[in-house]
Amino acid sequence: MEKKKLVIGVIGADVHAVGIKILYHAFTDAGFDVTNLGVMVSQEEYIEAALETNADAIIVSSLYGHGELDCRGLRDKCEEAGLKGILLYVGGNIVVGKQPFEEVKKRFEAMGFDRVFGPGTPPEETIAALKEDLKVD
Amino acid sequence: MNAILLIDFGSTYTKVTAVDTESEEILGTASSYTTIETDINDGLNNALKLLFEKTGSIEFAERYACSSAAGGLRMVTSGFVKNLTAEASRLASLGAGAKVVGVYSYELTEDDIVEIDASRPDIILLTGGTDGGNTECILKNAKMISTLKTDCPVVVAGNRAAAKECASILSQNGREVHVEKNVMPRFSELCIEPAQNAIREIFLKRIVKAKGLSEASELISGIIMPTPSAVQQAMVLLADGTENEQGIGELVAVDLGGATTDVYSVAEGFPQNSSTVLKGLPEPRVKRTVEGDIGMRYSIHGIADAATIKAVSQLAQCSEERCIEMIDYLSEHTDEVPTTEEFKNLDRALASLAIEMAVKRHAGTVEQVYTPMGLAFAQEGKDLSAVHNLVATGGALIHSDCAKEIAAFAQAKANDPASLRPKEAKVLVDEKYILAAMGLLSEHYPEVALRIMKKELV
Repeated sequence: MEKKKLVIGVIGADVHAVGIKILYHAFTDAGFDVTNLGVMVSQEEYIEAALETNADAIIVSSLYGHGELDCRGLRDKCEEAGLKGILLYVGGNIVVGKQPFEEVKKRFEAMGFDRVFGPGTPPEETIAALKEDLKVD
Repeated sequence: MNAILLIDFGSTYTKVTAVDTESEEILGTASSYTTIETDINDGLNNALKLLFEKTGSIEFAERYACSSAAGGLRMVTSGFVKNLTAEASRLASLGAGAKVVGVYSYELTEDDIVEIDASRPDIILLTGGTDGGNTECILKNAKMISTLKTDCPVVVAGNRAAAKECASILSQNGREVHVEKNVMPRFSELCIEPAQNAIREIFLKRIVKAKGLSEASELISGIIMPTPSAVQQAMVLLADGTENEQGIGELVAVDLGGATTDVYSVAEGFPQNSSTVLKGLPEPRVKRTVEGDIGMRYSIHGIADAATIKAVSQLAQCSEERCIEMIDYLSEHTDEVPTTEEFKNLDRALASLAIEMAVKRHAGTVEQVYTPMGLAFAQEGKDLSAVHNLVATGGALIHSDCAKEIAAFAQAKANDPASLRPKEAKVLVDEKYILAAMGLLSEHYPEVALRIMKKELV
């Protein structure tokens, strides 16, 4: 079967370069075809990469606390660009300070993200979620 | 003596260069004015007559030619996302020596098809999707292109999953189709050479014949490439050298013409320090750009528009009103060679600004980004700041008595730190106008061509 395609990257002005490499290797080893956009990725870059590669999911990382600002409107732009219903994940230290994760999750879900992962999520958890959502064995 | 004749069929001049490969000397050069109406052989014979007046009669062992006559190699490119495959296909076509008359992204519309027909392309490059990526767009575009009135060949270099279907759609009406490797096989990874080779092959087989250039073929061993390809090949050779003869290292070259300004770079252009993040499409090591709005005569207004008339007037030390007057005059009198001090100053100012603009557009940029973790840098395009060689060519430049000063305008400026142009480059002027000829010569005598360039570019 053809591999499911993911687009990953660290959004905004965030330059945390290590975690995204770990995710790249973890997702690739788990059998996905991964396009890693690296750090300081704009919403447009995720969308353009997803269009050209015909991706099945976009996975947004954010480590510096400004994810809430950076992620706003991404779902709408995806719809606008023709990526109807594409799977959107977000994870990391996505908000400022320590806030109850349940509230954070709700806010990001309201923005159109299908799944929201808190700080310290092991890659295996995301991989399991991807396999479930994308119906991989 | 082993004399070789190298011919450049241009749209206004036929230029000939005679080389002796044994003594590795330029025997002579000459050029003759030609028009679209003139028989191509008349231009060549005139140029040869002028050459022989200088050198005496020469028996040539081999003859090679390049051509940009009859509008050059006109290409339309089509890709999916504007910044990705559409840009990759544009870069591929420019690097193949084409004049790109249209770049289309996303799905072609019926209006686009009318526009493409009107732009009379010689070749269309159809791309879209990474391998295994999007197929819808390229398939739709193949269908749209199959409705074109023009019967020009199409090079398909997109998503391999759709390539075969594209080819069968396009070839239904007997159109010539070439399927090549994807220009962007994986996201942000360029693979443009296979498409470029196909373009060159079509140029040789079809375009040369269609443009009446083959009538001259009895005289010559073959028109082997479009002129910009020849110049580019010479630049790659000069930079990289051969197995036995060292090149001069990374370089930037500017060809300042009457209608357009071409810029070439042979350099990696990677970020110079580790805190810089590279954004956007990675650019090819051998990159060519063409500025269609910047040229010393036909596009003279474009220079003033791009650089502002105020800058022209300051540099030419002449009032803005007078500058506008003179620019208008020169745009009407495209064969004018300035004789008065006033016109010479203006020409010098325009040439300097044209080179500055063209190299600025070619080079990458760097932007400061303030992040919560401190200052970071984002680079787009190529960082040419560490390139040490700048080659200057083009009629408007090499006939000037201060070509080196003019060419130096290509360099980085303290008040424009965002532009990644060469910081300290040695200017090499192509005084005898031999770059295209050396590109041709390099096909069979690369080391001779390299040594002649090292000697002649001063």
